Amino acid sequence: MQQQPQLFKDASQHALADATLRTNFRGAMDFLRNKRERVLDDAEFSSLSAQCEAIKQRCLSQLPALLEQLETRCQANGIQVHWAETPAQANEIIAAIADGCNATSAVKGKSMVTEEIGLNDYLGARGVECLESDMGEFIVQMAHEPPSHIIMPAIHKSAAQIARLFHEQLEGVDYTEDVDTLIGIGRSVLRGKFRHAHVGISGVNFAVAETGTLCLVENEGNGRMCTTVPPVHIAVTGIEKVVQWLQDVPPLLSLLTRSATGQPITTYFNMISGPRRPGEKDGPEQVHLVLLDNGRSNAFADEQLRKTLQCIRCGACMNHCPVYTRIGGHAYGTTYPGPIGKIISPHLLGLDATRDLPTASSLCGACEEVCPVRIPIPQLLQRLRAEYRSDEEGVMSGAGGGRSILEAGVWAGWAWACEHPGVYRLLTWIAGRMRSLVPWLPSAWKNGRTMPVPAARSFHHRYQQRKSRP
Amino acid sequence: MHDSVKVYPAKPSRVYLYVTCLVDSFSPDTGFDAIALLEREGVAVDVVQGQTCCGQPAYNSGYRAEARKVAEAQMALFPEPWPIVILSGSCGGMMRKHYAELMPENVDVPAFSQRVYEFSEFLLHVLNVRLQDQGEATEITLHTSCAGRREMGIHEAGLALLAQLSRVTPIAHDYQSECCGFGGTFAVKHADISRAMAEDKTLHIAATGVQEFVSTDWGCMLNLNTTFEYQKASLRGRHLASFLAERTGLKRSSD
Repeated sequence: MQQQPQLFKDASQHALADATLRTNFRGAMDFLRNKRERVLDDAEFSSLSAQCEAIKQRCLSQLPALLEQLETRCQANGIQVHWAETPAQANEIIAAIADGCNATSAVKGKSMVTEEIGLNDYLGARGVECLESDMGEFIVQMAHEPPSHIIMPAIHKSAAQIARLFHEQLEGVDYTEDVDTLIGIGRSVLRGKFRHAHVGISGVNFAVAETGTLCLVENEGNGRMCTTVPPVHIAVTGIEKVVQWLQDVPPLLSLLTRSATGQPITTYFNMISGPRRPGEKDGPEQVHLVLLDNGRSNAFADEQLRKTLQCIRCGACMNHCPVYTRIGGHAYGTTYPGPIGKIISPHLLGLDATRDLPTASSLCGACEEVCPVRIPIPQLLQRLRAEYRSDEEGVMSGAGGGRSILEAGVWAGWAWACEHPGVYRLLTWIAGRMRSLVPWLPSAWKNGRTMPVPAARSFHHRYQQRKSRP
Repeated sequence: MHDSVKVYPAKPSRVYLYVTCLVDSFSPDTGFDAIALLEREGVAVDVVQGQTCCGQPAYNSGYRAEARKVAEAQMALFPEPWPIVILSGSCGGMMRKHYAELMPENVDVPAFSQRVYEFSEFLLHVLNVRLQDQGEATEITLHTSCAGRREMGIHEAGLALLAQLSRVTPIAHDYQSECCGFGGTFAVKHADISRAMAEDKTLHIAATGVQEFVSTDWGCMLNLNTTFEYQKASLRGRHLASFLAERTGLKRSSD
């Protein structure tokens, strides 16, 4: 799917006008928030998130070394490791592996990183059908849409919309809104595909450097099918998913599932440590691991921006974000929507393409409050705003690109007035005199709100008068 | 997020009051009501004439150099070691939390930031006020600001003060912890998203059936009151200081 964060403003307006979408999201987010609250009390969350933050920071602080160790251990386990700097390189690597086994069909477990590189379209254009096997992904693929949430790809759809989709897209399926029936239909379609696919593709939740183990968290068993039934398994991951030791996994996993869906644990937790060994009855003959950078090493290079990479992709920030709740995931035009998307997408796509995302936040801090690895998202949003507006810090692609002489002049003038109380008082005095005349704010404000009217005489003006009175 | 336990000092004899730019321009009464409440507790109040704005608008817009200049100018206005009481959790968060990020090299910032208190927090935890309710029975809902809640950790203070009023029943509204949609320049840059948030908030406040609501942040209040006004609804919010001053029999100060 093409990513178009440049269209954020139009797309968000469009989403706001869609009453059904807004109702779907409000309901879904409430459901997820309440479920999370039931399984996480404040004290436990506080101590566990401190631990998880420390784990991720320790692992990231030695990222290059851990990636090398991961490569060595994986290779020792028989996993073939590939490095991709760009989405294009990742796609080429995966396509070459598919070509190598004459594949024409692939089944895929849920993986946001393969959305990030646009793998389905790329493989499809080369004659490899790539079927999504996660039920949510299966639904959005059928609707020719990207996922609108990183954990629940089809959360923007109501049961009726999904029922219509099944009825229209799948042969011989009667219209039904019965969820169990719909899932049963989806399953039967997928079963046949699992059996005959040449390649299975998956993401990775944690890649353990110490042992060369790929951990995969899922609920439906489709991930296990994708990684064991086809003769070739290709795992794709961003480089930030590496952890140092096996013992790093349990605390992260424990907060991941509870933050994401409010589940104490998921139905499946797969630990993949290599292809089928002699004498084993199942498992793929080849396992490949594709490690993708795509801007991540730029984030890594700056100590503050590096915190972005602590993310374990639980989606709690979007579930609690008042902006995401109103506009849904598609409006962002990025693979990763919501608060985490606002801070990671500029690294993947550049500041110019994503210029509206860091400003589309009231900095309310709900995302930081629920983040299981304590990413200071509001602080990073402010950093990105500064990166784009000024040439002061400038380490990212597109830094300083948003500097406009006019806007900079306005802020310089504002700062000057604030430093000179006499000027500032004069301006507030004028504002008080002309209060019915001054077009304070752009018309966008006035659509839904009246103009805020300054008092006829400011506090300081009145205070001064009061003091000078005998 | 606020992550340190705040240790409160003993009651001082004198404080600085930082009225904030929004109170200065849009609700001068709030400033006078706050002074009256502080003075009744025997605290002398100093309002420094040079104060303008804490620098937050520029900081949140990505103009750090400009924000820094303004922040330094403000810091210089409070030479005495008295507490600085601020009529906004948002400006308080700026001074207590963000000044350090903005000026990491300035060694005076930590001591300055420690002297910063949000108004309701100061009344409750430093002055230990005991409010005597003199009004008629009424119901009220409190909108807690996000900065007050998540940057300052003081959202409970407003509720605790309301709870001291014997004939006031605080009513919680749905999605109380959710943002009203203001966010400074966010409300202008992404006015439509902001408006959707404000409309939902006014809906939830109105659903409580209260006649009035209070907040400790004038930013949120501008957003909510102008939304109510646009809807031609009669509901309005005012600053907690004004509500407390009225309920406890302090005549509303005017000129």
